[in-house]
Amino acid sequence: MSPAQRAEHPEISQPPKRSSREVLDASDISRALTRIAHEILERNRGADPVVLLGIPSRGVPLAQRVSARIQAVEGQSVPTGSLDVTMYRDDIGLKPPRGLEHTDIPADGIDGKVVVLVDDVLFSGRTIRAALDALGDIGRPRAVQLAVLVDRGHRELPIRADYVGKNLPTSLVERVTVHLTEFDGEDAVLIADKAPTGVKA
Amino acid sequence: MKHLLSAADLSRDEAQLILDTAEEMRSLADRPIKKLPALRGRTVVNLFFEDSTRTRISFEAAAKRLSADVINFSAKGSSLSKGESLKDTALTLQAMGADGVVCRHGSSGAPHLLAKSGWMTGSVVNAGDGTHEHPTQALLDAFTMRRHLGSLEGRRITIVGDVLHSRVARSNVLLLSTLGAEVTVVAPPTLVPVDMSRWPCATSYDFDAVLPKSDAVMMLRVQRERMNDAFFPSAREYTRRYGLDKNRMAQLPDEAIVLHPGPMNRGMEISAEVADSTRSVIVEQVTNGVAIRMAVLYLLLSGSNETEEQTA
Repeated sequence: MSPAQRAEHPEISQPPKRSSREVLDASDISRALTRIAHEILERNRGADPVVLLGIPSRGVPLAQRVSARIQAVEGQSVPTGSLDVTMYRDDIGLKPPRGLEHTDIPADGIDGKVVVLVDDVLFSGRTIRAALDALGDIGRPRAVQLAVLVDRGHRELPIRADYVGKNLPTSLVERVTVHLTEFDGEDAVLIADKAPTGVKA
Repeated sequence: MKHLLSAADLSRDEAQLILDTAEEMRSLADRPIKKLPALRGRTVVNLFFEDSTRTRISFEAAAKRLSADVINFSAKGSSLSKGESLKDTALTLQAMGADGVVCRHGSSGAPHLLAKSGWMTGSVVNAGDGTHEHPTQALLDAFTMRRHLGSLEGRRITIVGDVLHSRVARSNVLLLSTLGAEVTVVAPPTLVPVDMSRWPCATSYDFDAVLPKSDAVMMLRVQRERMNDAFFPSAREYTRRYGLDKNRMAQLPDEAIVLHPGPMNRGMEISAEVADSTRSVIVEQVTNGVAIRMAVLYLLLSGSNETEEQTA
């Protein structure tokens, strides 16, 4: 679903009614993404080997924003795409079938490149495990790195992020929601007290 | 969705979901590894009581690309030729643990019976039953048209030929009208079903009048094996009035495309020039068929059965 389509659904774009507090506002998110862009360039000594792949849905606009910042700093565009991991999830047989999101691999592929996966929240690590499996079917990157806007802890797999916007210690009953202008009309990271049913990890 | 038995069962949202999912599945064809793990450990049985090449191979390729185990079961060479009943066959499949059954049968309603009788718990996909329906063919036709024409809302689609014996026509009329297209069926009066007035489409006997107002033309195969009566005087007369040749194709709007569900009778309902022209998307339909069947199998079989039954 494109951001434009999503904007037509008011039930998605409305802010949650439950009690939630804002932990990052728009300028915090902007600064975090700028820092991540610089860290990616520093670690990889430039933009040459880098391919950014956002994980739908909110990882995709985040990847595009990081890409725009790298372009502004280096004057060189970075191949940017999206990687849907739905069919590689370990709970695929346990939940009702889900629709697929768009996968868009840059034309030059990922072989020999440094793939930076971009997602909004790092929680159990299961999404990233699925993403690693999905990458294996597409090609053989030289290295895979992970950038997330929020790391909220509670890992269930041996996975860590290379670039973190903000470490956010949370309890398991709390819910972290990332709002991005592309989907929700505002930039914000919110923590709500109680996880509703069907929580997105 | 638990089964796919009729194009009429699909709501507009469900149909769009299948088409959107197929769009993602189709991009798999460009990858070095054409395999997805979505149906790992699931068993799909291709239960074909009638001859078929492209549909069976298409379902087989689709299931294999999703990592399902595929068992092919055709009437010839099986106990069915010894007179086993549909019920006993279903019980056998259930005992073997089939998660999905793709069924083609010469009798209309056989897949419906399999799905609703309680003989087996797996999902049933109708791969063509008698002269009734062929929903995955309609989905792949809609998918192919959508790729060329964009949204089907308000598009004028003409279906020409042997509507009476065609499960493809019925499924297409139902699905395309669900998707908002304006469908016109063109056929000789003898090959129009009696309940035609209840179909959500217009009817015409004059192909030439409809041609300039068509965004897509779908030619149906003249099904001689189902014809036990004289429906038209001669093949030549049929071709002259209802066949698509070069001259008729020239009357179509510039962007219009030509479809055929195959197998074609070249020289009868469609001339070789048209079939091989740049407007013909007949080969593309086959490619898209695999993507559509992957989408259908994925959406029917990838989830847990328990949750599905609760929400259904």
